[in-house]
Amino acid sequence: MANTGNAVAESDNIVVETAEKIFADLADPQTINNDKNNSWQAPLWQALSEAGLPLSWVPDDLGGSGASLADGFALLNAAGRFAVAVPLAETMLAGWLLAQAKIASPEGEMTVLPASPKDRITVDADGAVSGRCRGVPFAKSAKHFVVLAHGKDGVAIALVDASKARIESGLNVGYDHSDTVTLDKLQPLTIKAAPGGFDQTAMMLMGGVARSLQIAGALESMLDISVRYSNERVAFEKKISKFQAVQHNLARLAGESAAALAAATSAADAIANAKSFDDEVYLEAAAAKIRCAEAAEKGGGIAHQVHGAIGFTIEHILHRYSLRALAWRDDFGSESYWAVELGKLVAARGADQLWPLVASR
Amino acid sequence: MTAALRFDPIRLPPKCEELRKEVRAFLAEEMARGTFNPFKPNREDTDVPEFCRRVGERGWIGMTWPKKYGGQERSFLERYVVTEEMRVANAPTRRFFVADRQSGPVLLKYAPEHIKMDILPRICRGEICFAIGMSEPNSGSDLFAAKTRATKTDGGYLINGTKIWTSSAHIADYMIAIFRTSPPTKENRRHGLTQFLVKMKQPGIKVNPIGQITGQYEFNEVVFTDFFVPDDHVLGEVDGAWKQATSELAYERSGPERFLETYYVLTELVRAVGPTPDTRSAEGIGRLVAQLHTMRRMSVSVAGMLQAGKEPVVEASIVKDIGTVWEQQLPHRVRDLAAFVEETASNRETLERQLDFAIKTAPKLTIQGGTTEVLRGIIARGLGLR
Repeated sequence: MANTGNAVAESDNIVVETAEKIFADLADPQTINNDKNNSWQAPLWQALSEAGLPLSWVPDDLGGSGASLADGFALLNAAGRFAVAVPLAETMLAGWLLAQAKIASPEGEMTVLPASPKDRITVDADGAVSGRCRGVPFAKSAKHFVVLAHGKDGVAIALVDASKARIESGLNVGYDHSDTVTLDKLQPLTIKAAPGGFDQTAMMLMGGVARSLQIAGALESMLDISVRYSNERVAFEKKISKFQAVQHNLARLAGESAAALAAATSAADAIANAKSFDDEVYLEAAAAKIRCAEAAEKGGGIAHQVHGAIGFTIEHILHRYSLRALAWRDDFGSESYWAVELGKLVAARGADQLWPLVASR
Repeated sequence: MTAALRFDPIRLPPKCEELRKEVRAFLAEEMARGTFNPFKPNREDTDVPEFCRRVGERGWIGMTWPKKYGGQERSFLERYVVTEEMRVANAPTRRFFVADRQSGPVLLKYAPEHIKMDILPRICRGEICFAIGMSEPNSGSDLFAAKTRATKTDGGYLINGTKIWTSSAHIADYMIAIFRTSPPTKENRRHGLTQFLVKMKQPGIKVNPIGQITGQYEFNEVVFTDFFVPDDHVLGEVDGAWKQATSELAYERSGPERFLETYYVLTELVRAVGPTPDTRSAEGIGRLVAQLHTMRRMSVSVAGMLQAGKEPVVEASIVKDIGTVWEQQLPHRVRDLAAFVEETASNRETLERQLDFAIKTAPKLTIQGGTTEVLRGIIARGLGLR
């Protein structure tokens, strides 16, 4: 992967450096794209786990490696650059969610429920959880689910044995598992109240920022491989990178990639430095998901256009990034969901409070 | 990777927020005294000398420049706050903004000391207005095709030729222009142009207004006939203007004025839909705000890089490309959404008048200060494609 060397050299972040070395060794895009049996997944997951990366956001005393929020966000951006198809982001989010309620993280793959702001899980008086959640990433390969549930006493966070839930298997447009999970009066392994002020919206904003960073990373790689391809491919007796129409398309792709990166890293920085999920964090996180999703569509489209037919083949690595970036749009609230919610927030605050919100930092 | 584009999440330091409060209070005062109406971007009175002098008194013009030239030695991020607050309020900054953004920094870098001491403090006081003489009738984006000649004579140069699309030339006290001092060479077609400081309002300069499709007369044709410019008004290297042009571009291209020119219609749309918009309006507004927020974060990031002494030319070109395309489309998107605004909305007429003007303004936004095509060429070069 061409961008690995430079990204590592530029990085002053040990977590990202570690991850990029592992990705470069065990998740080379061309190698894993040729592997029809996905036999690369287990060694990759093992290496990531041994390095403590899936539990980056879990403090030491709860079984994790206690990295900062900022380091974990940078790790997700790197994971996006490699478009890795293992539940790294999901396990990180699950561990983070458990830590909110001071619940220790188990070993192995996890994912979070719900994965859509429209789904809702309830907890009854006995502490059993019930509900149906669609589009849950990697539910099929998770050993545990971390569930945010609503009960009479407010919001609770629960750790659930995944084998006890009913899972209807499905795939998203990026060919990764995106499953429907049904919990029917299931007794969690552990359940505790969420801290005051923490709710499903906060969870969705956090999940949305994770996906935004992954999309931004995938776009960085799409720009990189598209530029490289345009400098190699010859048509009409010259490199296609010399055609102005191609140059301008790639300039637009650079713009979309830059916008996604700026929006996602800004939102990550906002969450990493915020005391609570206030209106400013809401704007940052919602805007990131909206803008990154738009960039996934526009930028991915250009990357394909530059590649022509070869990029449309399953043998080529481009789809690993382009389709996953499109799939990630759907998780933790789509861009149209967040646009409606952000629009309502802006309207409720009133016209004269729009600029102060935008210019708040 | 091929293109190491960076947009670090720069935050404005706390002292910027204090400054922001001061600027907002000042602008509120100016609106109260009737200096300008923020709801009327198409007003006739875009040139308000007293307003400029009062901005100068606050120390908000040339605020990053050295104190000995009248500046405040404040940061680019502080300047950013002043610029965006003025722009959002639709304040009449035309008279000083070009000097503040571009002309002053060029003089700081290339003018002889006595000229700096003479002119820069007057810019800072809001007393003088600058124009930029780049385009000619047969030289627009292709800057290096400029033909207006500067012929060497005793103690200076004689200027003959025509500049065009020169904003504010009719009110400007000075112009910074490029003139041809030598023919281009075979090896370098950019060779032979020199940057000059020109004192306007003199015999030998004729300024002819050009009407615009908005109904305004902001740009001009400027005709030079045997106009004398003294030697000490040469800025930088004779025949070497091409070496001086690029580093300033990052300042010129990445500021908040590159995406906020039609912002007012978004504010009025939010007012018109009221506190509980339907789903369609809410989604449309949400997307526009997300796009706006993202561009501002990119633009602030470039300001932070400039403050850190970097030259993010490609990043700045990206900000202008995305920003100007956005502010160009904004009136049309707002028009789409406004089609369903209630007849009874209190600001309906204001919004309609604003849309009428913004829609007429829109075509120029991707042309002025470097066309989209030129910007994408610069970005492509940064990507290693040319």
